[in-house]
Amino acid sequence: MKKILIIGATSAIAQEVAKIYAQKKHELILWGRNAEMLNIISQDLKVRGSSALTIINHDLNDLTAHASKVDEIWSTHSKIDIVLLAHGVLGDPRKAEVNQQEMLHLLNSNFISHASLLTFISQKMVKQGYGTIAVISSVAGDRGKQSNYVYGSAKAGMTTFTDGLRNRLFSTGVHVVNLKLGPVDTPMTKDHKKTPLFGKAPSVGRGIVNAIEARKNTVYLPFFWRFIMMIIKSIPESIFKRLRL
Amino acid sequence: MNEFPSWGLYPKAQEQVFKNISSRFSKLPTSGLACLPRGLGRSYGDSCLNDHGLLIGTSYLNHFIDFDQNTGKIICESGVSFDEILKVVLPTGWFLPVTPGTKYVTVGGAIANDVHGKNHHRAGNFGHHVLKFELLKSSGERLICSRESNSDLFFATIGGLGLTGFITWAEFKLTKIQSSWIHQQQIQFNSLADFFSLSQESERDFEFTVSWVDCVNSKDIRGIFIRGNFGEIEKDRYRLHKEPGMKRVPFFLPKITLNSLSVRAFNELYYRKNLSSNKKNSIHYDPFFYPLDSIHHWNKIYGRRGFLQYQFVIPYKDDQGAALYEIFDILKKSQMGSFLAVLKTFGSIPSEGMLSFPKEGVTLALDFPNHGEKLLKVLSKCDEIVKSVQGAVYPAKDARMSKESFAAFYPRLSEFEKHIDPKFSSSFWRRVR
Repeated sequence: MKKILIIGATSAIAQEVAKIYAQKKHELILWGRNAEMLNIISQDLKVRGSSALTIINHDLNDLTAHASKVDEIWSTHSKIDIVLLAHGVLGDPRKAEVNQQEMLHLLNSNFISHASLLTFISQKMVKQGYGTIAVISSVAGDRGKQSNYVYGSAKAGMTTFTDGLRNRLFSTGVHVVNLKLGPVDTPMTKDHKKTPLFGKAPSVGRGIVNAIEARKNTVYLPFFWRFIMMIIKSIPESIFKRLRL
Repeated sequence: MNEFPSWGLYPKAQEQVFKNISSRFSKLPTSGLACLPRGLGRSYGDSCLNDHGLLIGTSYLNHFIDFDQNTGKIICESGVSFDEILKVVLPTGWFLPVTPGTKYVTVGGAIANDVHGKNHHRAGNFGHHVLKFELLKSSGERLICSRESNSDLFFATIGGLGLTGFITWAEFKLTKIQSSWIHQQQIQFNSLADFFSLSQESERDFEFTVSWVDCVNSKDIRGIFIRGNFGEIEKDRYRLHKEPGMKRVPFFLPKITLNSLSVRAFNELYYRKNLSSNKKNSIHYDPFFYPLDSIHHWNKIYGRRGFLQYQFVIPYKDDQGAALYEIFDILKKSQMGSFLAVLKTFGSIPSEGMLSFPKEGVTLALDFPNHGEKLLKVLSKCDEIVKSVQGAVYPAKDARMSKESFAAFYPRLSEFEKHIDPKFSSSFWRRVR
């Protein structure tokens, strides 16, 4: 039986991951902001087989609470096998181009809070000497483009932070997985027109569990985004800047 | 292409707005348009369509609330599918009390259509196993409905086609099984009389009965009678169904694929393949109950024009199936052909829902490529026969019955109408009222 901490537990993708672990009878610690949804989800995971459930109901953007919350988790549970960081917001990309508050909100919710949490979590993981940290990043971080470069740059920061952390923690036995997701059909993208490129939450959830199990370094989900981003990254900037992506 | 078609892809819906409800505690999304709950869209005709209206999606209502492994009572949100329920309950030795021919239906949809299965003669409809549910009205009121409280609304909502309000969660009873495996027998029959005597004999000893019939080639009605019971098998005792693989119909097949010749050939082949029958074997529940689920979007084989299902029930004990012969005769003469004709007897357990479809008698379900006007005429003729013997046509599969026929098929209609939510409607409802 494993202990799994899921941060941003109410996200549709996090729920799919949690369902798989619940079915395997693992213990789950769910951290999120929406108390009502956390209750709905924890009832669901109990029915699906989770052996034990803890809810931590606190806003993840409250950086001042990170140290004490992480302390609390490790003092209650002593060891955590897997940590998944799944929170984030898409925000309003147009507004973020001109409005400082929206821009900072996107950076905070998609990078700063993750970097802050990872600072504390990595210390606990190093101390226990094993475990996996999985971070949900985005293909949007692979190259800046006009449609959502604020969100994208936060995710690029996440990707670099995650890669660096993996490098630093390698010798300690702690593994770090970077999950680069393409757009997925979830409440987060409810206002977006769905194309065939949209992933489905259940299969992306399975992909995440597989990537964690196989101790992958970086995984694109759905897989074809690796090839799409390979092409997008290879377009020379002199041409790219003229495109409307 | 409409994003929210019905399973038969006919009729085509016009300007539907779609909004998901975000949790079972949320208010209904508002838009000023007439609302209709929408699950997995497995209804064939227009009972899951809402032209110029609002579809309220249930995909986020996919959570379980409670499951008692000792009693088999389960509570879940209305958007949970039968597929998901099986994944959770089967490993503990429980199964759905009643299931239709696909597991991709939601609990809400199963209640709204009061679905039936191969065990109707033993278990009745899905609604018989529902203990209670919460109904969210457009006024914002939330009512717990059961046989004891708000019972009128309970019986209006079971089989109520999603018109009485929005079901947020439901509690129902599961059934205990010995294993995932069904001991099945296939027996060939060559006349309707044989079918009836096989049915009668089988209903005593078998939980599940169903028949595939050839209504194209033969002089009388011939087919394969299938009956079975969950058995006790130690190996892989509670093996779950697999996730669907890559088998799918990726695009609409051209019109030429299905014509009366190919249907005839298919029926002949299928019949011959099973001729050597009187087979006995053990079969996993997945192919037994859900033979078509392994092929994604099989509905596309009929092409863009879509297809129509026609399912009716008629009493047969007084006339020895004379009305059924008449209908077969019309179909044979029309040369419309049907790929899949499924015949089954319904037992004497009375339906509880005011608009529930099943009643004691024999039911036949047929698939037709959309031949247009010609087909509509033939089916109207069949309606008349069904009407003349106090039968009924199944709204979940209908795309064309007339107002008059609907009223004749469902005598409790005016009683039902009192319970419709004033802000709810559907394309089907506007068509038949």
